[in-house]
Amino acid sequence: MTNSREQWEQQFNSSSLRDSSFKTMSGIPLDPVYGPSDGEFPGIYPYTRGPYASMYRSKIWTMRMFAGFGTADDTNKRFKDIISSGGDGLSTAFDMPTLLGLDSDDKMSLGEVGRCGVAIDSIEDMLDLYRDIDLSKITTSMTINSPAAVMLAMFVAQAESNGIPRSRLGGTLQNDILKEYQAQKEFVFPPRQGMRLVRDTIAFTSAEMPKWHSISISGYHIREAGSTAAEELAFTLANGFAYVELAKQAGLDVDAFAPRLSFFFNAHIDFFEEIAKYRAARRIWARWMNLHYGSINEKSQQLKFHTQTAGVSLTAQQPEVNIVRTTIEALAGVLGGTQSLHTNSMDEALALPSQRAARIALRTQQVIAHETNVAHVADPLGGSWYIEELTDEMEKRAEQIFAEIMEMGSGSMLDGCINGIEENWFQGKIADSAYELERTFNSGQRIVVGVNRFQEGNDEDDLAILRITNEDELKQRRRLESVRASRDTGKIDVVLARLEAEASDPTINLMPTLIDASNNRATIGEMMKAMGNVFGRHVEVPTI
Amino acid sequence: MALRVLVAKVGLDGHDRGVKIVARLLRDAGIEVIYTGLFQTPETVAAAAIDEDVDVIGLSMLSGAHMTLAPLVVESLRARNANIPVVVGGIVPNQDIVLLQELGIAAVLGPGAPASEVVETIRKAALFT
Repeated sequence: MTNSREQWEQQFNSSSLRDSSFKTMSGIPLDPVYGPSDGEFPGIYPYTRGPYASMYRSKIWTMRMFAGFGTADDTNKRFKDIISSGGDGLSTAFDMPTLLGLDSDDKMSLGEVGRCGVAIDSIEDMLDLYRDIDLSKITTSMTINSPAAVMLAMFVAQAESNGIPRSRLGGTLQNDILKEYQAQKEFVFPPRQGMRLVRDTIAFTSAEMPKWHSISISGYHIREAGSTAAEELAFTLANGFAYVELAKQAGLDVDAFAPRLSFFFNAHIDFFEEIAKYRAARRIWARWMNLHYGSINEKSQQLKFHTQTAGVSLTAQQPEVNIVRTTIEALAGVLGGTQSLHTNSMDEALALPSQRAARIALRTQQVIAHETNVAHVADPLGGSWYIEELTDEMEKRAEQIFAEIMEMGSGSMLDGCINGIEENWFQGKIADSAYELERTFNSGQRIVVGVNRFQEGNDEDDLAILRITNEDELKQRRRLESVRASRDTGKIDVVLARLEAEASDPTINLMPTLIDASNNRATIGEMMKAMGNVFGRHVEVPTI
Repeated sequence: MALRVLVAKVGLDGHDRGVKIVARLLRDAGIEVIYTGLFQTPETVAAAAIDEDVDVIGLSMLSGAHMTLAPLVVESLRARNANIPVVVGGIVPNQDIVLLQELGIAAVLGPGAPASEVVETIRKAALFT
């Protein structure tokens, strides 16, 4: 029986490294990881210290910057700027109509087109969005949930029309519908119908897109909506378990799809608590996948995650100070072993980021990666009495919450999550935690620099912010009109009728027909409507 | 009689942390609060405000659609001969505040506004009727 250090060494020695030696600035040679021989190691179950033995010595995290505004053409330009500035992954932000599966000329879309992200109506926009970007080399993430299956279909259709087969496409679809009902609230169909589409995308990608991450199980929005760190951790992993149960129920082998599940966490301002959260997340996932879900492939047990710094921690007052907050939060993500990172821009409590602000945010990551040497040693805080205790505490609190959710589902995490949504349980917990935190700001118990203390300088000059004009909305509507005018409407009618018929048969996977509809230039609104005729709509009971 | 306030999310923006916090803040300050829920249109907000006979409407906006949607709420109220003041809260750039006021918005609350300022602004707005 080898001890854990020997197991780690074996794995580390077979990893490729980005440099031959790693030293401090003054020349002290550094080990890849520190700790007692019988302790935990990165790359070794339960992966508390990291999913890989060599961590950032093999590869620095992916600097994946989230961007999207205006028309596809506008966003394509921003993407190219990110790539030429050294960003190595793309992440697409869609506008509100797209997130809700509406066309830009829908009555409800008024005033929202291209505001919060890029407007996508049909494959024509998708082609513009990724024009002259080599999708076989650069991975892309699409932050969309209710119409995730439609967006994946359009993405596959546009890539294949450019000659890149689906099997070569690498990237991530957020596709985490459960947290939409719980926190982000961009929902369309009722929960069980929403989950049917998730099942279809998991089944489709695990069969045909081996490089694609079918879901990014996201705590980010749960935290932004107001949860505590422990609730973010527990709700997110519970949702993850629910997707595992869903796919297993659909007859998929756990080790066929679980390696392609990825996670997305918030990096809030409480530095050590965040690091403990990431460490606990890896340990919990590994144990549950092993003990409860019967995975034997270690890749199914290794939790990999994207991090975004906390938008909600940013202040409109003295926005330059947000660079400091973001730096601290980004460092927590890195010391916690994130696989990719988005750093927020200083102006995001005011508007969508300007190009200058977005570039500074990327530079922040580059400073951490290349100047500070913090990436030389894996899990550098492992073994700290404080961090280890906090990690255990996070795990304990998460387990308590899992037990509550399981009870709501009579032993099923899948049913527990859905029932908890329908009973407003998650929504209530999140709103309670948000309000409790708010009271500490209002009482002055928690200080926010520039907001409830240290306000000198708040009235200084405004930053130059990005303005989205109504012009973009008009441009997008005209474009949609011309796409509609140039289509074969007979073909569209046939494919949409087929989509609707297939939607009413839960044994059918809708992805092939959605791809077909995309190729025929059906719009997102048309495809969502065809499915909605069968699925109906989710309505949340408003509670304060 | 206690002040009655309708808090609303208009348009497609699902960010409801702010609106729920404001609703609770107002309630804790002794104000009666009615929350519309998500995805309202300017017309449904105006109709609900009249039905509920509220003194003030609070619109929570984060998605950048405030310049389009907030004035439409005011217009919808006017079309129904209702004179209910509208307060906007959320991510609103400074240069838009004056424009919104010119278009009939009673007041704008920016990010980080303390509870006392939120309550005070709502009470003051109610006096404009």
